[in-house]
Amino acid sequence: MGNLLSLTTFIPLLGAGILALFLRGDDVAAQRNAKWVALATTVFTFVVSLFILTGFDAEAPGFQFVEDRQWLLGMRYKLGVDGISLLFVMLTTFLMPLVIAACWDVSHRVKEYMIAFLVLETLMIGVFVALDLVLFYLFFEAGLIPMFLIIGIWGGKDRIYASFKFFLYTFLGSVLMLVAMVVMFAQAGTTDIPTLMGYNFSSESFPILGVQIVGGVQTLLWFAFFASFAVKMPMWPVHTWLPDAHVQAPTAGSVVLAAILLKMGGYGFLRFSLPMFPVASEIWAPLVLWLSAIAIVYTSLVALVQKDIKKLIAYSSVAHMGFVTAGIFALNQQGLDGAVFQMISHGFISGALFLGVGVIYDRMHTRDIDAYGGLVNRMPAYAAVFMLFTMANVGLPGTSGFVGEFLTLMGMFQANTWVAAVATTGVIFSAAYALYLYRRVVMGDLIKESLKSITDMTAREKWIFAPLVVMTILLGVYPSLVTDITGPSVAALVDQVEVAVAAHGSESAIASAEVAAPAQH
Amino acid sequence: MFSLDLQTVLPEVILSVYAMVALMAGVYTTKDKSAGLLIWATAAMFALVAFLIATREGTDPAFFGSFVDDGFARFSKVTILLSAAVVLVMSQEYLARRNLLRFEYPVLVALAVVGMMVMVSAGDLMVLYMGIELQSLAMYVVASLRRDSEKSTEAGLKYFVLGALSSGLMLYGASLVYGFAGTTQFEGIFLATAVDVPLGLIFGLVFLLVGFAFKVSAAPFHMWTPDVYEGAPTPVTAFMATAPKMAAIALFARVVFDGFGGVVGDWQQIVAFLSVVSVFWGGVAAIGQTNIKRLMAYSSIAHMGFALMGLASGTAFGVQAMLIYMAIYVIMNIGTFAFILSMERDGRPVTDIGALHMYSRYAPMRALAMLVLLFSLAGVPPMVGFFGKLYVLRAAYEGGLTWLAVLGVIASVIGAFYYLRIVYYMYFGEEREALDTGTSPLLWGVLMASAAVMVFGVINLFGIEPLAAAAAATLVN
Repeated sequence: MGNLLSLTTFIPLLGAGILALFLRGDDVAAQRNAKWVALATTVFTFVVSLFILTGFDAEAPGFQFVEDRQWLLGMRYKLGVDGISLLFVMLTTFLMPLVIAACWDVSHRVKEYMIAFLVLETLMIGVFVALDLVLFYLFFEAGLIPMFLIIGIWGGKDRIYASFKFFLYTFLGSVLMLVAMVVMFAQAGTTDIPTLMGYNFSSESFPILGVQIVGGVQTLLWFAFFASFAVKMPMWPVHTWLPDAHVQAPTAGSVVLAAILLKMGGYGFLRFSLPMFPVASEIWAPLVLWLSAIAIVYTSLVALVQKDIKKLIAYSSVAHMGFVTAGIFALNQQGLDGAVFQMISHGFISGALFLGVGVIYDRMHTRDIDAYGGLVNRMPAYAAVFMLFTMANVGLPGTSGFVGEFLTLMGMFQANTWVAAVATTGVIFSAAYALYLYRRVVMGDLIKESLKSITDMTAREKWIFAPLVVMTILLGVYPSLVTDITGPSVAALVDQVEVAVAAHGSESAIASAEVAAPAQH
Repeated sequence: MFSLDLQTVLPEVILSVYAMVALMAGVYTTKDKSAGLLIWATAAMFALVAFLIATREGTDPAFFGSFVDDGFARFSKVTILLSAAVVLVMSQEYLARRNLLRFEYPVLVALAVVGMMVMVSAGDLMVLYMGIELQSLAMYVVASLRRDSEKSTEAGLKYFVLGALSSGLMLYGASLVYGFAGTTQFEGIFLATAVDVPLGLIFGLVFLLVGFAFKVSAAPFHMWTPDVYEGAPTPVTAFMATAPKMAAIALFARVVFDGFGGVVGDWQQIVAFLSVVSVFWGGVAAIGQTNIKRLMAYSSIAHMGFALMGLASGTAFGVQAMLIYMAIYVIMNIGTFAFILSMERDGRPVTDIGALHMYSRYAPMRALAMLVLLFSLAGVPPMVGFFGKLYVLRAAYEGGLTWLAVLGVIASVIGAFYYLRIVYYMYFGEEREALDTGTSPLLWGVLMASAAVMVFGVINLFGIEPLAAAAAATLVN
């Protein structure tokens, strides 16, 4: 099984190809077949990816399952996973069958819908396993195409605006990263990610148009990558595409967007920004920390006043991603562990929340909070599930949400006490908007006429939520499942950053000593 | 010696003789009945000559260096010939159904192609001018092929007037260069610039470059492009968007490297300026267009900007990047024009992009192929169009033009908007009156093949990379 990763990556694409070429017609039978093929493909992908999980040696920090082939222009087709990327691959393959199952009721251009999701799955897995700069960019950018179509074709009323905004916003962010990649390629002479991690890009300051650039080339490259990942994440103040995209996207699209696509930004920080530009990361960490703190508090407050359920959850996603970025740029073991954990956990929780919104949207065709109330009377099972994930979103101990927030806050506290203090208030705000939402939608008396005949979750919906409930609680009570895998890789990353920063510190000390020396004569 | 020289120019001679014979045959058999056959014969001839050229090796200067057959010329010529062959074949049905199928058409195209081949092989300003004029004169006539249409004749006239103006500028530049360098041969010019560069020579160079910018339709010398693209019959537009562009930019490269390769700094900033203005204007001005042919005109302006970006780097890698970019560009455009040619409603051609509303509904395969091409044109990976951009960006960085690379990618985001807008019509639009779907299987095939190249090229770009590298190495050394 030398090419397990290629297999995992391209099985969904194969499924999409089969759908595109062999499935004809648009009647009910064809639609059903399309759904089953898609479901079977995603389940099969998940099964194959389990072999990666079981074969992975969690003790070793390096890349495993590496595949390496010649490609163009000295670039390579190179795949591999380490403790960080493995979990994202697993998250993707785990969630995709649920996503497919969640769009079982779609009846509009089903075949294309399934193809779009399968292609998207290939691209998402590709992002996490690529070990070549350009290969990574290829998967990273290509993901925009199916998502653009998913929002634009199957989205809500303002889907055109949302899809264009989504595409152009993220495209603009990532083209700057492309230029940075070209620069790295030309300077280091390779696009191999492990090699580049060990390559020391110059951090010597130099002036551009009279402005002294602290951190030199590293800073410029760091900002180019930051432009891309910050938009993808999304961080305040470049998050505005996300609420639009979420609100307009169909349920399954929202789930993928929140649970997986947003994680690409965080993954990018971990894979590129920290190890390749450690000095710049160190220099600009306070900036990211404060942006994150602002994001946490500001978007939580914005979430409080939303009238649209999906928009509220979207803003809550931005806030939770704030914990992730702050954790990453705390640049210590707790912060990074917490960030990875928070991303995985948020994958389950936000996915479940959007699925939860989908359940009632399918019945009532509105996302207006005011249109609901007292659902607990007719939908007890739904109320229980939604309760669990609301609590997990708030970060209640015993759910996975708590572990992530706690670890990142701990990391933040070591890095910058004030940021940690501000961010912690965000936890309170998140409880406020989440519980307020829950009260308005689920609690109270069922007085609205339109809701009198609403039905509880079907067996299919319960089965979709079951794995998410299990994972959320399991990770909440036994977080080592994740941290054992990420631990060695994160530790190696932290070491690497510290060594590089220390080396830079002594270098600049020597340099300033040299400058000072002649003056003493 | 002379026979050896003739051997070097054999492909051009074969094509010229063929064009004459075809003309005679057309005249004496009268009427245009044989035109359809002639189109296929001409396309076959192009393919044959391309094959002949591809089998050659080495660098052969002929006629005392005024004509050069080297790897660079061969790469360009094969691209020109093959694209011209495909476009000719594509146009046959369209022209036949609109009573435009005249036997002069393939003959003129053949002559234009001879002109282009001379252009890319030129080693002397005189030969260069001969090539350009042969190409241009044939193209002026072809542009106004539809004699009874106001727009088509207007296109021909506009093309002619502005083309003549640019030829004038170029001639003036050539005369200045001749005056100050004492020779019209590129080799001699190169030597003349080796010691110190007289100001007059730089003046001449600037005028030459302005003339070339007209020919490649780089902004701000692009004004003729949208009108001519719109007015000319669509098959002619398809032709104009492919082979002549390749020829013009290859000629551009030939002159700046063979003639002025010693003074890169003097022309680099001009080319960089043309490049940056083109990518921005091509992106911004296309936003308001609703006619797909005009839109493709602006798209080609933006693409020329990117190709010039490779050239602006002034390195061998830059030329390689430019060649790869152009080859990809030509294939994308052939596919896109195959699509445009098949846009019909009740047998009448449609060029309004609004007519594509929900095209994906009733022609899913075509829509998908077009989607691939559009994303490729926008430079979104994994489509091959992205790799063209990657190459030129790297060339720009290595040539010390990082600012150009940054501006270029920002412009490409602006450009992405109008490609997305076509996707929007095809996939997200409303139900409207449908276009015809039962059009030519040939166009369908070309469209699919082009889209397939854009997708599967990601594997190894069909091995074009080493070929382009070898070609670039013969030009820059």
